[in-house]
Formats: sequence, structure tokens, C-alpha cells
Amino acid sequence: MGKLVALTGNYAVAYAAKYARVDVIAAYPITPQTSIVEKLAELIESGELDAIMIRVESEHSALAATFGAAVAGARAFTATSSQGLLYMHEFVHWTSRARIPAVMAIVTRALAPPWNIWPDHSDFMDQRDAGWIMGFAMDNQEVFDLTLQAFKISEDPRVYLPVMIGLEGFILGHTTMLVELPEQEVVDQWLGPRKQEYVIDGKEPLALGNLAWPEDTEEMFMEIQKAMDNAKKVIKEVDEEYGKLFGRKYGGLIQCINCEDAKYFAVSMGAWSGDLIEAVNKLREEGYPIGVIRIRFCRPFPYEDIWEKVKNSKGVIVFDRSISFGAWGPLFTDLLTGLYHYTNNLPIMSNVVAGIGGVNITYNDFAKLLTSFIETIEKGDKPPVFTWYHKR
Amino acid sequence: MPAQTLPQVPIKKGEPAYKLWIFEPGWKGELPLILNPRQLAEQKRPAILPGHRLCAGCAAPIIVKLASFAFRGPTIVVNATGCLEVATTIFPYTSWAVPWIHNAFENAASTGSGVESAIKAMKKTGRLPYEHVDVVIFGGDGGTFDIGFQALSGAAERGHDFLYILYDNEAYMNTGIQRSGGTPKFAWTTTSPVGKVLPGKMQHKKPIADIMVAHRIPYVATGTPAHWLDFIKKVRKGIEVDGPAFIHALSPCDRGWRHDTAITIEIARRAVDTCYFPLWEWTPEKGYMLTDRSLAIARNPKLKQPIEKFVEVQGRFKHLLKPENRHLLKELQEWVDTVWEDLLRRATNAPK
Repeated sequence: MGKLVALTGNYAVAYAAKYARVDVIAAYPITPQTSIVEKLAELIESGELDAIMIRVESEHSALAATFGAAVAGARAFTATSSQGLLYMHEFVHWTSRARIPAVMAIVTRALAPPWNIWPDHSDFMDQRDAGWIMGFAMDNQEVFDLTLQAFKISEDPRVYLPVMIGLEGFILGHTTMLVELPEQEVVDQWLGPRKQEYVIDGKEPLALGNLAWPEDTEEMFMEIQKAMDNAKKVIKEVDEEYGKLFGRKYGGLIQCINCEDAKYFAVSMGAWSGDLIEAVNKLREEGYPIGVIRIRFCRPFPYEDIWEKVKNSKGVIVFDRSISFGAWGPLFTDLLTGLYHYTNNLPIMSNVVAGIGGVNITYNDFAKLLTSFIETIEKGDKPPVFTWYHKR
Repeated sequence: MPAQTLPQVPIKKGEPAYKLWIFEPGWKGELPLILNPRQLAEQKRPAILPGHRLCAGCAAPIIVKLASFAFRGPTIVVNATGCLEVATTIFPYTSWAVPWIHNAFENAASTGSGVESAIKAMKKTGRLPYEHVDVVIFGGDGGTFDIGFQALSGAAERGHDFLYILYDNEAYMNTGIQRSGGTPKFAWTTTSPVGKVLPGKMQHKKPIADIMVAHRIPYVATGTPAHWLDFIKKVRKGIEVDGPAFIHALSPCDRGWRHDTAITIEIARRAVDTCYFPLWEWTPEKGYMLTDRSLAIARNPKLKQPIEKFVEVQGRFKHLLKPENRHLLKELQEWVDTVWEDLLRRATNAPK
């Protein structure tokens, strides 16, 4: 089997790219992503990774070069954060709408101004309409597993969409945890080199990025929506295969903890789910019937999976670490609209936005918010639909 | 529609894909030369084929066609957003006989960097079907002087092996004639209109090719479709050098310059005859070298035409011909002279 090593989240990303045997990496430094590129440069320099690194002059060029390499048939990878991600936003759309498989790690960080390098999900969630498969990890082992799986998902002919993997800056990015690394031969057999029927390698006069009429354009985008549906299946398949080969299965698009017999559900995404799970374990001991649904993929959004879990529940509370100003947290609005499809009698739904700009939310905060939510409903009252939980 | 295929040319290790034959009496350069232009056109399939929707009188497809005569084998074209891109690949058709990628407006050079790196990576691991593949990038003046400059400068600094061909029609023609960093002083555009207050654009053209020289990349040149042998030769040199090469090609635009569609090539010729757009090439070893007509003018200054010759056939400059605007024309002439004399001082093959 593999070996256990101590890695920061950023190094786990770099090692996953190495195990995937990426051909081309194009990246630009930005806090807190930088140590991914540094590690990859080191791996190339030491001869452990046989890849070409393009040290581009901007994030926009980072993704454009990643795209160029992927179009030409290479397995391509990049990583960024925050302002860098916003700077490349044009090309985020371009890469997915061109149906080019590639993987990008987002070490999430708040958006400026004010200048702030602490983690929340604002940069990541800002990309949700772009057509990328969007996965988010909870710990460094999952960072590694998810990044490696991202190549498999992205290059599946039923999908052919780029994948971005989120991990919180510092909380995971710069925190060292034990990570089990697999054996390279097993990964090679499972993933193999990148293959695609249409790549631009000089053989055929393919044209990519044409001007298209409205109907053609719309049909191409309808195909992306179909590919997103296919991706739900592919993500689960990959999770199963990966579980069999490497011993870690997460449950596909969502992970459920304490969900059996739960009457209340807390929904979240990312590293703070760890604190949430701790809080729920404690509340369980105190007799509160509550479970956690951790969203691992927010695009495609796991409506069906979550509905299956919450359909007999009394209340669902959704924790968002980003805000769509003027509306609510994006996970909440997505879930609310999705569940409405299944029932006219929704459980009580409540949204808490917190941890913005890197405000630290602890296990005690979660325990307080959850007990208040459950007790309000048990008393027959309705908790507020939206709360911005702020502490100082 | 019959399937389009590339000419399949077997490549031996260490040899160029196939020879380009150029007719030019007495030329003793590195490239082999025999036969005649007709034979060249018959033997080489251009990269751009008839049926595209560029305007009548547009120089851009002529530039692409001439450039592609110098392609030496499998070539991937990267195209920045612009006239050339929108008019040549209207889905589901393409006018390109070579693989072609349109990326966005500002990053043709970055995408080209990625393609070039992928070619290297694939070759290293034995997955490239060819001995080598060339990368040629086409960008307009907007995508090169302005929005795409950062990507171009970065790619040049990193030393990727590509040829970047700028087809410079001196304004944002695709969006309807707005001024760019490549628009000359006093030219009318829709965002530098000529009126009572201002006589067109108030700034000079950015010296883009000199800026690329300052990057000290292996090869920089200027060219026009009127001086086509000179241009084809330069494209070939740009492809053959290891590392980035940049060619600034003047691309007259009848819609934007307001000239007759039949005189596109004549205008390009006049641009060189007036020294508004001198022909030269630059290498780190030899520095600036005048070529073709510009070399002839340097040797015989009597051949140099006044700037009126370039201006008088273009509607965008018609206000300069009014008696009250003589001083503007004089200013333009002085600017042309200054730049030309500066080039003469720098050109290593100019008579001293």
C-alpha cells in the first residue's frame, strides 16, 4: 500500500498533480496558493516530476496557457486564489465552454477591498456559473484524493469539462496533516495518460473557438448542461473505483455524517465542516437528532442526493462561507430552489452566513447556532431565513 | 463537403519539413531559391482558403496566405480575437487548412505558450506524431499593441518557440474603427473623430516592433503584403529561429482607412515608399538591417516620397490636405523623418 507523509494542503495538491503525471503546469504566484507552484517547481527540479512549468506573467495567462496545453493534448494543471481567480475569470468560462479538460486548485481567500488574505469561499463561489465541475475538500487527505480524482472526472468522455478543487487557504493550505500517498503504479494503471479524440496536435485542420450562430451556440451550452448531469454519475463511479483501489470512499457528491434517524440537518462545505461535525457529535451525545451533510461538489449541485437525506426532516440549516450580496448564501439559494422541485411542503430552511473575511468560526459557535435552530423549531417558532452570524 | 487534409510531408530527423523555394535573382541567403512565384503558389497550399468573409480589399487574408507559403510543415495557428478570427471560422465552417485555435482577445501569446509547451512535453514522452510542430500566432493591433501586450511581452521574455505575426490595420476595425495604440497621429477613427476641436487622434503610433527588439528575442521584422517576397522570407526566418519571433505586418483596411478596395497593395507600397512604414529586420547578431525597398531608399534617398503620397489616398487623413491643416501634415512629415533618420542611424547596412 501507500505511505503516510505529513503534508500541508498545498503540498497535497502538488503531490496529486505529480501522481497524475501532469505534462504542463502554468501558474502565477498569489498568497495563499504560492506554495503549490513552489513545490511543483521543486519536484520538477529534483527530477521527480517530468513536466514543463510555464512561469507566466499573470493569472489570465496562467489559465490561457493551461488551456493551450490542454487543447494540444497535454494533461494540464494550474492553481490560484482570490484576486488571481477573478483576474482569470474570463478564461474560466472560456475553458469550460470550449469543453477542455484541465484541473485547477483554488486555495480560497477573501476578495478585496479591504485587502485580506484570510480564507472564505467568496472567490470560489464567484465561479459557479462558469461550467466547471466544482469540488471542495475538508482535509488534506481529501485535498489529495479529490485533486487526483479531478483528472479522471475531467477527462471522462461523458464529461470533458474542467474541474476546480477548492481548499481553504491557511486552514488547509498551510496546515500540516497526515496524508496517505498511493503507489504510483496503481495510479498509472487507473488514470493512464490523457486521451482525447479531438486535440489540436498538428494532424487535422480542426478549428476551435469559432464564431457561431445563436442556435449552434445554445446547443453547445445545452451539451454542457448534459455533461454536468453525466458528471454526477461519473463522480460517484470515480469515488467507488478510488475507494476500492486506495481504500478511501467519500460518498460521491455529498458526505453524510450522523444522517440515519436525523430529524435536523446542517449543510456545509469545506474545512469548517470539521468543526461542524465535532459540534454535531457533541449534540448527538446530548440527544439532539441532527446530522451533517457535507457538500463535496457544488457543481453539479447534488439536489437529488440531499433530498434523499432531508425529505423526512423537520429543519435544514445551511452554513455559507460566502454571500451573494442582496440575496443569501449561494449554497442555501441553490439548495432551496432545488428542493422545491420535490415537494410543496419543504422542511424549515434557514441560512447562516459566517466566517467571511476569515473570521474564525469554532465548534462552540456551531453548537450554539445549531441548538438555537433546533430549539426554536421545537418551540413551534420559525427561525429567521437568513442570519449573518458575526462575532467580535 | 470533402474532408480537408494537410499535405503530409515526411520529415527526416534534423531537417526542415520541406524546402521553400523563392524566386529572387542574385539572392544568396540561407534559404534555397529556385523556380518562380507561380510554381510556389501551385506547390504550396495556403493556410487560408477561399470562402472566408473578410471584406473585399482586406489585407489580412493576403498576409496570412503569404505567411503560410513559408510554413515548413505541421503548424498550429493561434488567433487573437479580431476581424481575422470572426470572419474566417463561422461555425460550422473554417477557412483554415491548418489546425486553428481562437482564444480570447488579450492572450494569444499565452495560449501559444501553452501549445508550444504541450508540444515539447508530448515530444519528450513520445506522444507527438511529428518530429516537430510550429506555432504561429496572428493578432491584430488591438490584440497586440493594447490588450494583448502583457501576454506577448511575457511570452517573449520566457522564450517560447513561436512566431507572432501582427497584422496591423491601425485601429479596432472589427468593432467599427476605434482608435488603438497602433493608430497614427491625426487619423480619423470613430473614437478620435475629426471636428472643430480636435484633428483626429492626438498621439503617435506606439513603436511596437522596436519594443519587441528591446526584448532581444532572436528575430524581429516588419513587412507588408506589397513586398511579398521580403515578407515570405521574413516569416520563414521567424519560424526557423529557436525562440520567439515577431513580425509587424502593415495591413491596409479599406473600411477603416477609407480607401478604394482596389488599392490595398498600392497603399502598403506607398507606406514603405514614404518611409511611414520602413522595412527592416533585426537579429541580436546583426542589429537592424533594412530590407527590400527601404534599403533601396537608404541607398538612394531620392526615392523617398513625401508623406502626402501615403495620406492623399485615404479618407481618414483627408482633413490633413485642407490648406488650414498644412501644419499638421508638416508635423506628420517631421515625425516620419525623425523616425526614419533614427532607423538609418541604427541600421547596420545603411550607407553611412
